[in-house]
Amino acid sequence: MTAPTVPRETSPRSDAPSQSERAAAARLAKRRADRRRRLTVLSFMSPWIIGFTVFFGYPLVTTAYLSFTHYDLLSSPRWVGLANYRFMGKDPNFWPSVRNTLWMIVIAMPVTVVFAFCVALTVSKAKRGAGFLRTVFYLPTLAPPVAATLGFVFLFNAKTGPVNEILGWLHLPQPLWFDDPHLAKPVLTLLGMWGVGTVMIIFLASLLDVPAQLYEAAELDGANAWQRLVHVTLPSMSPVILFAVVTGIIEALQYFTQGYVAGTVAGGGDSGVGSGSSLGYPEGSTLFYPVWLYQQGFQYFNMGYASAMAVGLFVVALAVTVVVLRSARHWVAGVEGAGG
Amino acid sequence: MTIRRALIASTAVTAVLTLAACSGSSGGGEAAPPASTNHKPITITMWNGFTDRELGVIDKAVEMFHASHKWITVKDTGGVDDDKIVKAIRGGNAADVTMSFSADRLGSYCASGAWINLGSYIKRDKVDVSIFPKPSATYTTYNGTRCALPVLADVYGLYYNTDLLKKAGYTEPPKTATELMDMAIKMTTYNGDGSIKVAGFVPSFGFYEMSPAHVAPAWGAAWQTDDGKSSFSKDPHWAAMMEWQKKFVDAIGYDKLKRFTAGAGSSEFSASNLFETGKLAMNLDGEYRTAFIKAEHPELKYGTAPFPVDDSQPSLYGAGYVTGNLIGIPKTTSGDAREAAWQLVKYFATDTAVMALLSNELRNVPTTLEALNSSQLTPDPLFANFIKIYQNPGTSSTPVTAAGTADQDAISAYMQKYQAGSGGDLQKGLAAVDKAVDAQIAQSSGGAAP
Repeated sequence: MTAPTVPRETSPRSDAPSQSERAAAARLAKRRADRRRRLTVLSFMSPWIIGFTVFFGYPLVTTAYLSFTHYDLLSSPRWVGLANYRFMGKDPNFWPSVRNTLWMIVIAMPVTVVFAFCVALTVSKAKRGAGFLRTVFYLPTLAPPVAATLGFVFLFNAKTGPVNEILGWLHLPQPLWFDDPHLAKPVLTLLGMWGVGTVMIIFLASLLDVPAQLYEAAELDGANAWQRLVHVTLPSMSPVILFAVVTGIIEALQYFTQGYVAGTVAGGGDSGVGSGSSLGYPEGSTLFYPVWLYQQGFQYFNMGYASAMAVGLFVVALAVTVVVLRSARHWVAGVEGAGG
Repeated sequence: MTIRRALIASTAVTAVLTLAACSGSSGGGEAAPPASTNHKPITITMWNGFTDRELGVIDKAVEMFHASHKWITVKDTGGVDDDKIVKAIRGGNAADVTMSFSADRLGSYCASGAWINLGSYIKRDKVDVSIFPKPSATYTTYNGTRCALPVLADVYGLYYNTDLLKKAGYTEPPKTATELMDMAIKMTTYNGDGSIKVAGFVPSFGFYEMSPAHVAPAWGAAWQTDDGKSSFSKDPHWAAMMEWQKKFVDAIGYDKLKRFTAGAGSSEFSASNLFETGKLAMNLDGEYRTAFIKAEHPELKYGTAPFPVDDSQPSLYGAGYVTGNLIGIPKTTSGDAREAAWQLVKYFATDTAVMALLSNELRNVPTTLEALNSSQLTPDPLFANFIKIYQNPGTSSTPVTAAGTADQDAISAYMQKYQAGSGGDLQKGLAAVDKAVDAQIAQSSGGAAP
């Protein structure tokens, strides 16, 4: 005897896909949709990706490679290992240029950021003419760096500059400014403060964004103006201050145009840009790291070493940025672990 | 997956581009082909740094070349500097013939093969290089490789305002360093506030053409030892020159000189030049100033002379500093164009008629012995003094190095500190400069820095 055959249950439509097939189809459709979405995103991003690859990625990789070569711009690069990095210790202008750049980071950058904050605070409190003041303080930003520097060299000319003219009328000492190695960088800092418009506008926007009720609450608690600034304004603005500090440090590390133009023009400038008498004029005080890098690469045909210097600059900029961002958790509102 | 592929693709593209950028051919040094009698018409290009009126003079010279080399047409472009030449050679699209204003670039052009070695062409066509005075022959070779020929030179000497000298009771320009200092101090006048009104001479390094390179021949100071090392601390003439200069600066006052030169700004190559406007009685300058004065201040009464020399070496009087233009063939020039380019280079550097034309109209010193003595040359007496300086056996130039102007920049930087009083011990300072220069040249040459 054989067991009776039990008919298998079948779905009403035998050609319909099973549950697993449906799931597979759904996964496939999702993958296709994901793929389309990624392609769409990629196509929208492609101009940036191409630009990033061509104008950042490629030069970065090339610079890193060239830093291990002897390369005079004209003949093929020749592998020299770490020789360029070792030369940094023997290069007599390396550490002076680092010191000058460090000066811009430690002194010029904080002074400029604080000044921008003070200007923004003043403009935000203005009862009348706030628009006019914003325009006045922002306008210098529109001046090209070279033109602005030339203007300052003229203003602070030790012999014919209007600044010394006025000081003379007031019977005050008339410094040598750009001709004095102790004053060249402070005057460049003044130039930076004059062109502080962009940071000022960002600070101003942030200041105006601080909720009024926070001030009202602080006032009810008896906080005076200073306490409101320290306990309300600054914590509220801390993300923007962080941004200003990070970009300020990076700009200071890359400080080139103003120092180069000021040194060249104040130093006479007729013997050729960056040459002899005007290099870092006066007495090396405007020989910033990027200026020396440029000199090595394009005047001394030492592009391998210049590339090593550029890699060093990149690493330092990256490290400093990471340190500042890590420190942000202690003082920037909204960052994990921040006290404010 | 797509992004990963894109990243892989971009990495591959980057790698390919990197390799492409790193590859390149070296040129120069190969044997010249036999001189061609096949005068098939050809057009070549030439780049030079001249502009405006001066470019017109170069165009005239090119027309003269075409008249004698009818099968070669030259497209001449002015206003091209060395940076563009370097970029174009790297890009493989440089002109067939390039002219440079900067003799300091020669080390790079020769060492890299960017400009071809002209030796085989010179040998083939039996060009006698002894027609070039020694200084110009020197600054157009690097480590024995001649990759350029000289076309016109800049020679430096003393300019003096005859009215101001006469007013101070002098009839002759100074011949020694001490005379220069004494006369300058006597001729310097001051405003009521103590600032300088008219300077007798500005001894500050960094002012106008007052540079170590231009003054060194007056002390016979050598840039390098026989073994090619920097010799600032080894040759006592450098220290002697700097001590004289510091004494000179201190006698007038560093601060006063600084303010005076600050007022001059970038006036050197303008009608406001302090010597041209009578605010400077004596000045160190090149022969080209005669043309500037003629164009801008023809009323100025002045004289020219060799620069005063070290009191203890009177025999040096008559010598000076010289530098000049280079003409050469980039490695990117090949085939028939290279032969035509050589004909043009040879013509510009050796033809007496064209050299005389260029000298007469550009007011630069010709760079062949025949042209210097040619009746076609029409120098006025003021310009003729520079021709004499050029021919003086003591006249010299700066050494050609692989590091361009690194040696001049290093000593200039130290001299500026020393004259300001912050240079410390002179001998130690000069030794430090030597060390720095040797290290930089070794580094730029591709060797390990000492």
